[in-house]
Amino acid sequence: MTAAFDPLAIAFLGLMIVCAIAALSVRDLMTAVVVFGAFSFFSATYFAILGAVDVAFTEAAVGAAITAVFFVTAIFRTDRGAD
Amino acid sequence: MNSGFGSPALDAASRLMTPFMLMFGAYVVVYGHDSPGGGFQGGVIIAACLILVRLVRGRAAGWVMPPEVAVVLLCTGAGIFAGVGLLGPIFGGHFLDYSALPLPLAPAEVRAAGSLAVEIGVALAVTGVLELIFDVLVEARDDA
Repeated sequence: MTAAFDPLAIAFLGLMIVCAIAALSVRDLMTAVVVFGAFSFFSATYFAILGAVDVAFTEAAVGAAITAVFFVTAIFRTDRGAD
Repeated sequence: MNSGFGSPALDAASRLMTPFMLMFGAYVVVYGHDSPGGGFQGGVIIAACLILVRLVRGRAAGWVMPPEVAVVLLCTGAGIFAGVGLLGPIFGGHFLDYSALPLPLAPAEVRAAGSLAVEIGVALAVTGVLELIFDVLVEARDDA
């Protein structure tokens, strides 16, 4: 299987790019955290498609769960706007 | 954050998920050497479970891990890792060389036992560190 032309891989890479741009461009920090969690899940799925199940596991556990919780906790201690 | 988010729906959902998350974390730690997973991922899952209960129930949960306990957990984990690693040089092998351990088992089983001990150490350390980070984020004083 050539990963570069796998339609599933291309779809998830495209979703990752969309999520990354969205996370950078939204004004509300809480929305950015949620979109960043979605980015982490898509990248975990992409790793799993490539066969790196261990990396995908780590990305899903750390990137999507723990990092999002820490960001939310940090945002709760500040005011929510991006400026 | 001390009072938690605690709506009844969140409470019921977290009660349903918590035992399975703990079980899955322990499974990932124990089976990490021959399937995807390992001490780091299992420790993250266990810490995520503890943080979930803490987020939903707040301090009323009785699951609150004091920072002192988290530090003890983290040091115990690092100590288990370094101790099992140093058993290798003590018994005439290399650092983290499990095959040098003088256990009355087959060589493959000795390697599996050493690797399991190291994974448990890593899991304890990761759980302690993540709890500590969450504690620091929640408890940080405004004048700091």
